[in-house]
Amino acid sequence: MALLSVDNLSVSFVTRNGTNKAVNNVSFSVEERQITAIIGESGSGKSVSCYAVLGLIPSPPGRIDGGTVYFQGQDLLALSEAELRAIRGRDIAMIFQDPMTCLNPFMKIGDQLIEPLTLHKGMAKGAAKEQAIALLDEVDIRDPQAAMSAFPHEFSGGMRQRVMIAMALINEPKLLIADEPTTALDVTIQAQILKLIAELQIKRDIGVLFISHDLAVVSDIADQIVVMEKGKVLEGGKPKAIFDNPQHPYTQKLLAAIPSGQKATNPVAPDPLIRIKHLRTWFTPTAGAEPVKAVNDVSLEIHRGEVLGLVGESGSGKSTLGRSILRLVPITSGQITFEGMELSALEGRALKQFRHRMQMIFQDPYASLNPRMTVYDTLAEPLLLHGLVRTADLDQAIRELMDNVGLARTFVRKYPHEFSGGQRQRIAIGRALATRPEFIVADEPVSALDVTIQAQILNLLAELTKEYGLTMLFISHDLAVIRQIADRIAVMYHGKLVEQGSTAQVFETPQQEYTQALLAAIPGANAA
Amino acid sequence: MNTVAPVFEDAEKGSSLWHDAWLRLRKNKLALLGGSVLLFMVVVALLTPWIAPYSYEAQNLDLGASAPSAAHWLGTDIFGRDMLTQIMYGGRISLAVGFIATAVALLIGVTWGAVAGYAGGRVDAVMMRLVDILYALPFMIFIVLLMVVFGRNILLLFLAIGAVEWLTMARIMRSQVQSLRQQEFVEAAVSVGLSPAAIIRKHLIPNALGPVIVYTTLTIPSVMLLEAFLSFLGLGIQPPATSWGLLISYGAETMEEYPWLLIFPGCALTLTLFSLNFLGDGLRDALDVRGSKD
Amino acid sequence: MLRFMFVRILQALPVILVVITATFFLVRSAPGGPFDQEKVVIPEVKKALEAQYRLDLPLHEQYFAYLGDLAQGDLGPSFKYPGRSVNEILFAGLPVTAELGLYALIIALCIGVTAGVFASLRPNTAQDYVPMSLAMIGICMPSFLLGPLLVLVFGIWLDWLPITGWGDIPGDKILPAVTLGSAYAAYIARLSRAGMLEILSQDYIRTARAKGLPEWRVVTQHALRGGLIPVIAFLGPALAGLLAGSFVVETIFQIPGLGRFYVQAAFNRDYTMILGTTVFLSSLIVFFNLVSDIIAAWLNPRLRHHFQHGGS
Repeated sequence: MALLSVDNLSVSFVTRNGTNKAVNNVSFSVEERQITAIIGESGSGKSVSCYAVLGLIPSPPGRIDGGTVYFQGQDLLALSEAELRAIRGRDIAMIFQDPMTCLNPFMKIGDQLIEPLTLHKGMAKGAAKEQAIALLDEVDIRDPQAAMSAFPHEFSGGMRQRVMIAMALINEPKLLIADEPTTALDVTIQAQILKLIAELQIKRDIGVLFISHDLAVVSDIADQIVVMEKGKVLEGGKPKAIFDNPQHPYTQKLLAAIPSGQKATNPVAPDPLIRIKHLRTWFTPTAGAEPVKAVNDVSLEIHRGEVLGLVGESGSGKSTLGRSILRLVPITSGQITFEGMELSALEGRALKQFRHRMQMIFQDPYASLNPRMTVYDTLAEPLLLHGLVRTADLDQAIRELMDNVGLARTFVRKYPHEFSGGQRQRIAIGRALATRPEFIVADEPVSALDVTIQAQILNLLAELTKEYGLTMLFISHDLAVIRQIADRIAVMYHGKLVEQGSTAQVFETPQQEYTQALLAAIPGANAA
Repeated sequence: MNTVAPVFEDAEKGSSLWHDAWLRLRKNKLALLGGSVLLFMVVVALLTPWIAPYSYEAQNLDLGASAPSAAHWLGTDIFGRDMLTQIMYGGRISLAVGFIATAVALLIGVTWGAVAGYAGGRVDAVMMRLVDILYALPFMIFIVLLMVVFGRNILLLFLAIGAVEWLTMARIMRSQVQSLRQQEFVEAAVSVGLSPAAIIRKHLIPNALGPVIVYTTLTIPSVMLLEAFLSFLGLGIQPPATSWGLLISYGAETMEEYPWLLIFPGCALTLTLFSLNFLGDGLRDALDVRGSKD
Repeated sequence: MLRFMFVRILQALPVILVVITATFFLVRSAPGGPFDQEKVVIPEVKKALEAQYRLDLPLHEQYFAYLGDLAQGDLGPSFKYPGRSVNEILFAGLPVTAELGLYALIIALCIGVTAGVFASLRPNTAQDYVPMSLAMIGICMPSFLLGPLLVLVFGIWLDWLPITGWGDIPGDKILPAVTLGSAYAAYIARLSRAGMLEILSQDYIRTARAKGLPEWRVVTQHALRGGLIPVIAFLGPALAGLLAGSFVVETIFQIPGLGRFYVQAAFNRDYTMILGTTVFLSSLIVFFNLVSDIIAAWLNPRLRHHFQHGGS
């Protein structure tokens, strides 16, 4: 008998604008000592179904319309709130996506850790603390004794997720529900956390329900995979079966969207469009404080017509480097030249006129568009500003831009909030292309998007690069994405450039230890 | 830029954030009621000289204080003056103080906050430090002091109240501008090459307007309270002019015998404050303005 | 943390100096001398009086002499009550006002926090609407209207409670304290509701629920601390408001406290009294702001950590 068996579960949310069926007749199960992964994009209902298992759906607006959730022979949906509470944190524990916000910032780590023990087992504080320290040690927290009296903000994201895992496991639950536990983490940390979960699962004989949007991540650890879309389960089975022989077209689409393969590098004659010499961009948060050396002595060349992939983890300074080139942040020292012209010396009108030759595409398509401007106004602004078209030809120019980035013409008078993430990113790309730039900095342009949308936008960028003859600095934390689009790769770590070379070189013969670690951390060894 | 030529003749009409906010506000009955009552009060105040049932000076000493009747709907005060007329004229002053002092606060606060927020760095630090210092001053006491020293001058009252209220407005505006400045769409505007003036006009102001509208609506009642407070103490509006605060203070003196002299002006003030607060809260929800932590 | 307190105290000192200076010159620049209103003033007497109050000195010397007195805690003599010093009058009224303020604050905190937290637990239900509508009434009903109305209803019509005095008849402290406290109860209710709603929507509350904690423990152990920080930070300004409010309440209920003296001094144009009281009350308010800021910072571990480590 399965440890957890969910049958025909339906959940809806009742709002003023009507009823939204978030989960529709969903069935799946978790066997003892196995990992079942639910895969889906945003809005697929994967998280909602798991919260429903624990009775954590806020009601109202949430409402469970039907179905059964059997856990160890007991229908959880039929239990009273008090009976459910006795199971939560004792037999079923949960870890969440964003470790930065999931720990109480006002409470010491130790006090939060022992809460499940004192609550469910009536254990005395002293004994509970000893057990908590042992567990912190097990999840590889250095100096667990000191960690007990620390506050969450003193820990990094990866460390906090370890604390969350310790807290979930402290009562030796039978089932662990993990809701995108590694999505908010850097690649190398993600690899560590995944390894930790897999180890603990075997060591402690627990069943795991693992929710993720990332097929590659799941392929490494799952025993069963369930694919969800729009509140429905499309298919399920062993990972190998899903990867080798996907039945449902959506699954096929998901698999196809996994960034894979390597760009057929077009041999570029080394003709440097941009030369960066000993660039330093330091920030001084408050007067007198130690400066943050975001970019620290970086020298780099970007050749005409190439896509240079800039990879690094959060805090590596990769975004600051991109913004420094575009003169969006003041540089501390060093030299940037564009076609031999010194960018770092441009000021005022000269800088303004020059700006149309270089543009930027941002990560967050929700923040990069002015919410009070229509698509028309957003695209018209750069065109009119630089006098690139006559007023009479404006409509025609905007229409061409929209066609090029794949936006329906009928959307021209709509506002950003009326579009999906992928569509917004198309508008942002259109705006960047409007000035007919030669060089574009794309800062994590697909990181905020769902996998299938990510694939579409990547294809669009690749096409446009060719069509417009663009040179691009493509910034990403995701090596798989970079591999697909970049001709050359540069790796940044702690403000320094640690390695650069052609995509093939970097992937096949990485020179630096850090690059090797990054490559080893790429999930999906089983997926490829 | 609404000249959508034949190229886009089949374009669907978008729904701006302002339009969405209006749709949300329209569903909020309390806020609509507040808005209507406020509108009514303002119209009455504007038309008072023409529609008041009696003249402002008219006394009827023989009548004295009389309970509400057909001739005097809200009764008369101890000099036999019509209470409705008094409340209407008092409302003119109370509302005028509310709106004008708020306008003063708005003008100073928004400019100050926007400049500090946009300039950033040292300029911002100095400007906001000044606001912090002024914030720590006990202004209520200062206004009392001002009124004592310079006599009870209505113009001074506007300035004094405005000078207190601009501080909050400046903080709100600054935090707005500062958070907007870090938004990627402003960075995008910079990278397109837009001048600072154009960025402020096209990208910052339209997005900062919502909170300003909300806090303006919520500042008016607090200004009116302040005026009524001072007038009650005898430090605000002086006879022969009158305001709701002054009427309440007269009413409180004689409430034992003539409770209506307290209750009716009290109702007028409370009703107006209610309307403004409900409208302000409704606007806050409709425009999706987060509570400021200041 | 000590460093933070030290910095905050250093920041408060110039504020107090600004207050003293501004008040001093404002009062001195008032049209007409303090003894102009007396009917017959013999020139010699006037001269002697002026010398006694140091009015014969140049303005800047008066200022520094006053600062010197202040440094020794001396607020100077009263203009209107010859022979009595401002200190005497102040300290006669202070205990009364402090007691009134304390009761009002207790009422405001108890009712406000309870109502606010209660409302935040079930937003957009009757449990939310009823206390919040009452709070709205509290905010729109100023003390100078509420006071007389309470007197009218409970003192005159129902004749349950005494309507004037302070400590003379049992029960005479109830109406003034309620009058002064109610607006702040309303404001605190709104603040704590908003603060709690914000915290209750945080991810770590979900974590606490996933542990199986009963709802009351989620609220008391995980939500209250963060949710009430805005209330703590508001206490400084609230005390300032309570002092100003005492002007009105003490006048309505004829209570011999500081506020009433202040208003009387304002009407009597008793300039040294105004000056002294303003300086005293302002310093008090600046001090309260300081304390509530420090407590609010102390309650937030991140800030505490920041300051403990000589934060940048």
